[in-house]
Amino acid sequence: MATQTPEIEILNQSTPTEPRHPWLEVLHGWVTTVDHKKIGLMYIGYALLFLVIAGVEALLMRVQLAIPNNTFVSPQVFNRLFTMHGTTMVFFVGMPILFGFGNYLIPLMIGARDMAFPRLNAFSFWISAFGGLLLYFSFLGGDGLYGAGNAPDVGWFAYAPLTSRVFSPGHSTDYWTLAVLLSGVGSVGTALNIIATAICMRCPGMKMSRLPLLVWLYIVTSGLALIIVSPLTAAQIMLMLDRYAGAHFFDTQAGGSAVLWMHFFWIFGHPEVYVLVLPAFAFANEIIPVFSRKAIFGYPAMVAASVGIGFISLSVWAHHMFTVGLGAGANTFFTLATMVIAVPTGIKIFNWLATLWGGRIHFTVAMMFAVGFLFQFLIAGLTGIMLSVSPLDWQLSGSYFVVAHFHYVLVGAILFMIFSAFYYWYPKMSGRMLSEKIGKWHFWLFLIGFHLTFDFMHVPGILGMPRRVYTYEADRGWMIWNVIVSSGAIFQTIGTLLFVYNMIRAYFKGPIAGADPWDAWTLEWATSSPPPDYNFETIPTIRSRRPLWDLKHPEDPDSNYEF
Amino acid sequence: MGAGVGRSNRPAPTKSFCRFTRLVRFAQRRYPLARLALISAPKFYRRHFGRWYPALKRTLAGAGRRRQEADALSFVRRVVSQVTNIFAPAATPAHAIFHLSLLVLGITSCIFLVVSGLLLYALIRFRNRASATSDPQEPAQIYGSNQIELSWTVIPVLIVVMLFLATARIIFSTENAPKPSDALDITVIGHQFWWEYRYPKLGVVTANELHIPTGDAAHPIPSYLTMSSADTDHSFWVPRLAGKMDLIPNKINTMWIDPLEPGLFLGQCGQYCGTQHAKMLIRVYADRPAQFAAWVAHQLQPAAQDPAAAEGQAVFLRNACISCHTVAGTTAAGRFGPDLTHVGGRDTIASGSVPNTAANLRAFVDNPAHFKPGALMPEMHLNAHDLDAVAAYLTTLK
Repeated sequence: MATQTPEIEILNQSTPTEPRHPWLEVLHGWVTTVDHKKIGLMYIGYALLFLVIAGVEALLMRVQLAIPNNTFVSPQVFNRLFTMHGTTMVFFVGMPILFGFGNYLIPLMIGARDMAFPRLNAFSFWISAFGGLLLYFSFLGGDGLYGAGNAPDVGWFAYAPLTSRVFSPGHSTDYWTLAVLLSGVGSVGTALNIIATAICMRCPGMKMSRLPLLVWLYIVTSGLALIIVSPLTAAQIMLMLDRYAGAHFFDTQAGGSAVLWMHFFWIFGHPEVYVLVLPAFAFANEIIPVFSRKAIFGYPAMVAASVGIGFISLSVWAHHMFTVGLGAGANTFFTLATMVIAVPTGIKIFNWLATLWGGRIHFTVAMMFAVGFLFQFLIAGLTGIMLSVSPLDWQLSGSYFVVAHFHYVLVGAILFMIFSAFYYWYPKMSGRMLSEKIGKWHFWLFLIGFHLTFDFMHVPGILGMPRRVYTYEADRGWMIWNVIVSSGAIFQTIGTLLFVYNMIRAYFKGPIAGADPWDAWTLEWATSSPPPDYNFETIPTIRSRRPLWDLKHPEDPDSNYEF
Repeated sequence: MGAGVGRSNRPAPTKSFCRFTRLVRFAQRRYPLARLALISAPKFYRRHFGRWYPALKRTLAGAGRRRQEADALSFVRRVVSQVTNIFAPAATPAHAIFHLSLLVLGITSCIFLVVSGLLLYALIRFRNRASATSDPQEPAQIYGSNQIELSWTVIPVLIVVMLFLATARIIFSTENAPKPSDALDITVIGHQFWWEYRYPKLGVVTANELHIPTGDAAHPIPSYLTMSSADTDHSFWVPRLAGKMDLIPNKINTMWIDPLEPGLFLGQCGQYCGTQHAKMLIRVYADRPAQFAAWVAHQLQPAAQDPAAAEGQAVFLRNACISCHTVAGTTAAGRFGPDLTHVGGRDTIASGSVPNTAANLRAFVDNPAHFKPGALMPEMHLNAHDLDAVAAYLTTLK
């Protein structure tokens, strides 16, 4: 050992003192962290909090809609509820939780010590968090603090000219605009970070063709996020200019165009739902092979299909505008583009099926949620095909059939896969196993509730019930279906509460997980649970797509079969 | 087994996988034209459907009950409401959409049954059995197969092509249907939260209850709606007659409907337009041509001048009512609210959401928010006497 300088000797000789306020130190550590793991956990915790809030908003709506001409909430409150529910779930639950998982897992999976831009990472989180708080501050401040304040009530996509000062006085719409704008800034930062990390910080031997599929899908997701946030931000700025600077972009009474807002919004909005679903595919690509005990079937096709889905999703936006009167030519083009996107999506489902085929399937709770995802995503995709048929969409657009379809994707596919990801990676993040017993109760209760609500929700749509209605007429025959839909919400609530209880209980009393409780094959399982700050003691050098398989099966490594 | 990616010299793949691949190859050789069956499936279905449906019909009819029509969905229709059911079409556009939807449902159901069946089979057949815990060997690692992946790319592409062509045909036949020169023209203007209907060639102006002439299945009479909005986005949706079309300010959209039977068809606004979007209901009265002509003639009359309601008319004309409402033949010429010239003859007020009775009229004029909180009509702050008079007057405006 080299001779030490005097300063270091002094440090070595002094005894460290206990911090006087340990909890403040902990809090300070979290607030100032740039560690991707801590930031990922903050994203996830933040999203779970908003999941509960937006879930309560949904429950209130379902109580109001259970019987016709109900007076549980006023129309004004109901309109705020569905606006806040949608905006919160998309921007402050879906995006944060999925970026949170990405933040946590991507550096671990590629053998890196952190993301490429740790401070940008922290900034992205805090600005998204601020956006969410701003949105909810509208309950107090929307009307300028006179009266009780107003949350926005223009719908989560805020069609013009309903958002103009004429039809939305006060500041409720402005809270919506700014919150979404800030969330977009955060998304761009994280997306940049993910792409830079995945391209520049892979460990030795990890060519792009050996990247875990989760990382591939996050690259596509981030690319989409980078492209689509610009039109959304532009639209938000144009709306603010309309409202305060005398512009007339969307002011139809002065010659502006309501359809222009729709184009801008849906060029963002459609790829946005792919930004939400591709991470769910990412989780499925990691979890299904491990619990089938087989490599993913058709890795190159999965990569190609994912990239294809990303590209095609940029060309289908006007299927949200089939009823706007764009003309037969435009309607036909967007019908074709939307149907085409079903091909790579179908390829992915078939590849998952082929991964299961011939395997040895272990029905852990994570796998049960993944299987639920497979069935439900299949159905969601098929109702999407129905909606892609433009004339059928003329009937079903803006009805409860569409609400059922997209909740099937968002809850049945994405949320199920998020639950699966929790059960799979919670041991890595906390060092403890979640209880499989409570997990099974969570799964079955939530499954029953999900199907009660969202299977039967298709029927009122077919029977002519539009969406965003605070009540409906008794003579339409919609009540029985609404009662069934509302009843499912109770099961889902109980299931979710069990899940939260499971996580809290396991943190203190769960069995110790160890580094690799699932006998999995990607690099995050090669380090301790939870990983140390620096992730890996030594950066590994890998030779195939499944480095831990190679270590566990040295007689038959994957590198013999990959090209 | 053919050559594929990832062939290994470890123990052979499981027997079931070999069987699966062989089955696929067999099917491809034996039924090369199987893909065409997808296109002709509806014909196949109809041919065989006729054989067992009569038996089903007899069972449903029961002893001594009137026989149901040979209608595939009559059973479903008795269980599920017909009022605004998109599968109960009563006009050509809705019929076209209905038939297309049967094709789509058929295809998607087949896909669902096949894929979920395979999924269910895989989950059961390949589950980890307890007996295997003593055997730690991992199953054969199959990395892919070009032939299989090609087949499940090509087949979906063909399905998409076929479905797209069927859809494109309906898009063009509905949107670009040639307009007969004597078609009835109606201008629809959407307002927050009521519907304005104008018949430009007939000179009729009314609100909320649309009357159109109806032919029959052999000779339908189309009505062409030219639509826009005075404020926010709305959407005209009467499910049994046609798909919806949006009413967008500063844009003109057109659609057509041709009821094949007389009757009342209900619908409502299909695009969130503000607080009372839920109560912007639509009532389309499909009248026989003679009835329709009589209705038009009546609408062209100026407002009734009932001497018994003179006091109510005076109250109406000296209050702010005239700023928003039109009553033809008086000084009231407002355009912001619905035309009231013949309001007494309508079945409903408040855009279909409130039955038109004297008591309801009075309560609505007193406080519109009682029925429709958020409606743009303010409380009129009339005293009880004036309210009675005005309500009585409005009732006489038949």
